[in-house]
Amino acid sequence: MTEKVYIFKRFERFWHWTQAATILFLLLTGFEVHGAYKLFGFGRAVDLHTIAAWTLITLWVFAVFWHFTTGEWRQYIPTLDKVGAMIKYYLTGIFTDAPHPFRATTLTKHNPLQRLAYLFLWLGITPIIWFSGWFYLFYGQWRDWGVDRFLSLEWVAFFHVLGAYMILVFVIAHTYLITAGHTPTSHLKAMITGWEDTH
Amino acid sequence: MKTQRTPWHTATLVVGWLVSFGALAISGMAAAANTSTADHSKFKELQKHFASGPEVTKACLTCHTEAAKQVHRTKHWTWEYLNPVTQQKVGKKTMVNNFCISAGPNLPACASCHVGYGWKDASFDFKSEVNVDCLVCHDTTGIYRKPAGLAGNPVTKRMELPPGSGKFVDPIDLTKIAQKVSKSSRDTCGVCHFYGGGGDAVKHGDLDSSMSAPDREVDVHMDATGLDFTCGTCHATSAHDVPGSRFAPTVKDEGMKRIRGKKDDSNPANCVACHGKRPHPIQQAKLNDHTSKIACETCHIPAFARGGPATKMFWDWSTAGKMNEKGKPFQKKDEDGHVIYDSKKGDFILAKNVIPEYMWFNGTVYYTLVSDKIDPTKVVQISRFEGSPTDGKSLIFPVKVFRGKQPYDAGNNTLVTPHTAGTDDAAYWNTFSWPKAIAAGMAVTGAPFSGKIGFVETEMRWPINHMVAPKENALACQQCHSDNGRLKGIQGIYMPGRDSSRYLDILGGGAAFFALLGVLGHGALRIFSKRKKGGN
Repeated sequence: MTEKVYIFKRFERFWHWTQAATILFLLLTGFEVHGAYKLFGFGRAVDLHTIAAWTLITLWVFAVFWHFTTGEWRQYIPTLDKVGAMIKYYLTGIFTDAPHPFRATTLTKHNPLQRLAYLFLWLGITPIIWFSGWFYLFYGQWRDWGVDRFLSLEWVAFFHVLGAYMILVFVIAHTYLITAGHTPTSHLKAMITGWEDTH
Repeated sequence: MKTQRTPWHTATLVVGWLVSFGALAISGMAAAANTSTADHSKFKELQKHFASGPEVTKACLTCHTEAAKQVHRTKHWTWEYLNPVTQQKVGKKTMVNNFCISAGPNLPACASCHVGYGWKDASFDFKSEVNVDCLVCHDTTGIYRKPAGLAGNPVTKRMELPPGSGKFVDPIDLTKIAQKVSKSSRDTCGVCHFYGGGGDAVKHGDLDSSMSAPDREVDVHMDATGLDFTCGTCHATSAHDVPGSRFAPTVKDEGMKRIRGKKDDSNPANCVACHGKRPHPIQQAKLNDHTSKIACETCHIPAFARGGPATKMFWDWSTAGKMNEKGKPFQKKDEDGHVIYDSKKGDFILAKNVIPEYMWFNGTVYYTLVSDKIDPTKVVQISRFEGSPTDGKSLIFPVKVFRGKQPYDAGNNTLVTPHTAGTDDAAYWNTFSWPKAIAAGMAVTGAPFSGKIGFVETEMRWPINHMVAPKENALACQQCHSDNGRLKGIQGIYMPGRDSSRYLDILGGGAAFFALLGVLGHGALRIFSKRKKGGN
């Protein structure tokens, strides 16, 4: 018997997918600026990267507001409860068709590993990206801000690229783990329709 | 330099030249009539026959009483400049270069570009006011000429020039020229500055006869049918003192945009003087971030010698002096008609649309003077630019590096100043003897000469400031921001697209690779275990 649970609200889904597209586009243009390949041309890549960054910032302003007004920020409160069970599931249970140790509900929509991962994303990786990106973008203002004496573009770029690689690894793992729900498509469905099949 | 042309081509050129010259002359006169408050043809002082240049100057000075004194204070007159930073006394009078090498022992020829009359040797009176040449800068007729060999004098009587050549030159009408004087123009500045180094485009590469009436592509400011700047628009001259000089160029202009009435000591012949330090519109704000490290010229002059004439890039004096089978000096030309060998001068390489070399430059130039010791085992830097990414004064600047090989004193290890031009027995271009030419030249310079002659490789640096392209032709980002871009060799800055931390790329790329490998392996195991179960 299949049960359906409403997990992701409309804004949440909109936020997620727009963010996903923007981050992928930022990775694409960002690594071109980094010199990894030629696609748009350097100057165009810089412009598109900048536009995408502002888009994401705007989206985040709304998302942060939404999280606090709806109380949804609580979804990211870390917990170690059942983390061991989750790891065990991914390492063995998933191969033997063992039951998924976590049941998503409207109140706790992320499994404990997800919670930790997203918390690390928001508090670990994105500050690196945003801070370094901000200084990268406003390189011309360093002198006015008085930071030119201790900042070098080389290090700002280093941390920005470091953040980008971390996000790239996150994206790879995240994309794969979409398929690791109760059924291979249950997570994806939830993120598209809001409803997750559980059984 | 002559170019080979078909008769039809020549005819077209001549007709085109006549039409455009006529149009220019008319528009020039119309402009002068519109703006000037004086019609010099009505001045009684100028309504007479002038038998020499100084006679004209004498007439000019009756009204323009301070003009000659002003000119006396300028480099155009003294050919001397004391660099306040390096304390080097430089200037055409004493300097050595790797083109025609030295003006000092060749004044009757070289002084045809001096803003005076009669500087043929050390006896020249630099205090004489009537020896100042007003006409060369203020001629509007285009007929004023100061041929080589006359020490800066025009031809006032029919004469054979050079003597014994069988070629005769008719006098020019000084009265007509004097009556039509007006402001200096691209042509009057160009008569010397376009032909530096002995011919059109030879020396600078960003200044040649195409700048007389350039189109927009060649120079967006001087575009004859557009903004139509003259040289003086930027080289805003006051009291005959022309600002802007390659001896002490302004690289990082810390002045602001020029505002009338505001006290301003900045160099007006500088991009920032008009455009400010953040010249690009807000949509292109990122470009403005470049101005702390990169000179405007770097992006906006993508190449020099773009107007047609080719510029000299290399000159090897060591091969000069070969004769043809008849024992006469000869010239060799390439398929484009450029002289690439001349018995008088040696081998050349010429080029058009030349991509500059780039280097950190803070405006300070050191010259190797005749009094300086050289190391002949190395390439001698006749001019060397100072600059570094960390001195706070340097920008990345486009430069023409002129390379050559020229004679030096192998006994004293100094550069030498040969006497080349002339019809006397010591002149190299007459008798092709280096020992005689150098001995005579060094005697004029007053520097010791051991008698031992060698040839040494040399380099000079020429800042590229002119031939500013329209913005759509400025360098595109990826021309520098890539592995093999134009700024490949520039150290001391981090350039996105060119630079990255190798370790970070290995670490980050590796992490991404193993993450991918991990999920693919995990996924494969899942599929595999499911099949196995299904099979059971």
